[in-house]
Amino acid sequence: MSDSAETILDVRDLHTHFFLRRGVVKAVDGVSFTLRKGEVLGLVGESGCGKSLTALSVMRLLPKGAARTVQGEIVLDGENILKRTPSQMREIRGRKISMVLQDPQTSLNPVFTIGDQLREALVRRAPAKLKEIIKQAVAALRRVDIAAPEQRIGQYPHQMSGGMKQRVVGAIAISGEPEVLIADEPTTALDVTIQLQYLKLLKRLQRENGMAILFITHDFGVVARMCDRVAVMYAGRIVECGPVKQIFEAPSHPYTRALIASVPKMTGTRGRLTAIDGQPPSLMNLPAGCRFASRCAHVEPRCLEAYPGTTQIGADHTADCWKIGSI
Amino acid sequence: MKRFIARRLIQGVVLLFMVATIVFFLGRLTGNPVDLMLPEDATAEDRAALVKTLGLDEPLLDQFVIFVGKAAQGDLGQSIRMKQPAAEAFFNRLPNTLVLIPWALLLGMALGIPLGVLAALNRGGLLDRFAGTVAVLGVAMPSFWLGVLLIFVFSVELGWLPSSRMGGPEHYVLPVITLGTFLVAGFMRITRSAMLEVMESEFVKLARIKGLSETTVIWKHCLRNALIPVLTLWGVFVGNLITGAIVTETVFAWPGIGRLTYEAVIYRDYPLLQAVIILKSILILTINLGVDILYAYVDPRIRLT
Ligand SMILES: Nc1ncnc2c1ncn2[C@@H]1O[C@H](COP(=O)(O)OP(=O)(O)OP(=O)(O)O)[C@@H](O)[C@H]1O
Ligand code: SF4
Ligand SMILES: [Mg+2]
Repeated sequence: MSDSAETILDVRDLHTHFFLRRGVVKAVDGVSFTLRKGEVLGLVGESGCGKSLTALSVMRLLPKGAARTVQGEIVLDGENILKRTPSQMREIRGRKISMVLQDPQTSLNPVFTIGDQLREALVRRAPAKLKEIIKQAVAALRRVDIAAPEQRIGQYPHQMSGGMKQRVVGAIAISGEPEVLIADEPTTALDVTIQLQYLKLLKRLQRENGMAILFITHDFGVVARMCDRVAVMYAGRIVECGPVKQIFEAPSHPYTRALIASVPKMTGTRGRLTAIDGQPPSLMNLPAGCRFASRCAHVEPRCLEAYPGTTQIGADHTADCWKIGSI
Repeated sequence: MKRFIARRLIQGVVLLFMVATIVFFLGRLTGNPVDLMLPEDATAEDRAALVKTLGLDEPLLDQFVIFVGKAAQGDLGQSIRMKQPAAEAFFNRLPNTLVLIPWALLLGMALGIPLGVLAALNRGGLLDRFAGTVAVLGVAMPSFWLGVLLIFVFSVELGWLPSSRMGGPEHYVLPVITLGTFLVAGFMRITRSAMLEVMESEFVKLARIKGLSETTVIWKHCLRNALIPVLTLWGVFVGNLITGAIVTETVFAWPGIGRLTYEAVIYRDYPLLQAVIILKSILILTINLGVDILYAYVDPRIRLT
């Protein structure tokens, strides 16, 4: 990925909060990142730090009711989609930006055939005769390595294995040839060998389509395999972002360091984030200063007073910490 | 699917046998029918003769065996009051009840399902609260009270609709509303809760990710799934209707099996009552089986296993 690559998605200072009776949950609170054309950006962080909510904010598919994006810009291909109307968003979804969800078991509608569900997506791209659409559906399934696609399109989700369903979900998600694909832990629910297959498939599709992927995961092994750059998220904010190699070899933020240290060995596909001592702060009651302070070994008074600004470490490498360069 | 149907049929037969047993022995507990059947001035000989023809002098267990044996051949005994086979009386009246049921179901669904969807879409909003009130009213309002109220307003005061007996289409309106109101609430509540659950699911998110319109997402993807639990309750609802018909048909003097049940109780026509209960059970079991088959049609996960 060259530095000069064009930006396709630019998220700036995004704040998405839950307004509940007992308080405001600041699940996403000041997230900024850019995604360049054709790259894979990893988004990692502990459970509950706001990764999925960041993704759903970008899709503008927040859970109905209490959640609202209250601040920020989401610039997709030059336009701020937070300013788009719901019907304009429907035009954008599926074609410019799409998403693969975590759980293949529940991502497909159980009462419609695979073919039906693919057709709905394909028809939107270019209305055509049923026969033509069926042909396209078969081709779409073949593209995600589904054997005997002609038979499969008449089947229901429960007749397929988890890995197969996830590939169908992938086929549906990319059927509109989106420029950006968000993959929210797409392999967590699959077993290891199937995971590998799926990741290879995603990578291939990404190369074929030239789409950019925002890849959300818990798993540093997957980051190493899939991503060009990685953003590390903590308590609603990105604390470090840089090329994968640099982050692995020279993590700068104490949180990133702790994360990487907690991964036993960076070989193979394992490498789940194991616990770091302590708890992240409550998203209802975020501290004024650095959010990692309560767990940081390098904490000092100024860390508690104000949130550290973003420090440029390398050309393409930033971190939010007061003590960059001195630890 | 065939095995499923066969299993259900066997279950049905077992259930029917239990119903027959209960009905038979309960019938014997509630007194001697001979006294009811004879005129007050009957002699002891008359009584003895009748006891003999009815087989009431046999040991209870033998009576039961004979009863079950005959029932299995379709002979459910004679109605005391109507002087005709009880089954015949039932089947003469049955069509009158059956013509009400589809309309009541239709009314219940036509109002209940959309109301449930709208309530789910407006969860916690004004519409949801309105629908909730409708639901409480529909369930809390006893059908005899609603029936009497409707008669009072539309027949007595306004004179728009007939208050009793069968006849042209206008005769159906009030009984159908009375029967259907109970179902509106039921359908609404189930649709609402099923929709709320379905709307949270991942496949709905994927439907939106595809860029489908909200109409397609709600009325196709969500509702089709939400209808599965709604359908399972069809059997229960039809059962409710058949049971509920007792009150409604009595209020509206509607000559169906509900009113027949009422008459059998009032006149202590116990062979008729036995027959009515057993035949109603068969009816409800058959409907439930039909619903299960329909259910399998809507939910491919059942159909294809
Ligand atoms: N419906 C909700 N109501 C209130 N708070 C919520 C709700 N959904 C999520 N949150 C809060 O938002 C925070 C971020 O959730 P999110 O799902 O984005 O986490 P995540 O980083 O994707 O975690 P995971 O790795 O477990 O998927 C959570 O800590 C949770 O407290
Ligand atoms: S700002 Fe201070 S508390 Fe926060 S990570 Fe850096 S050193 Fe630790
Ligand atoms: Mg998540």
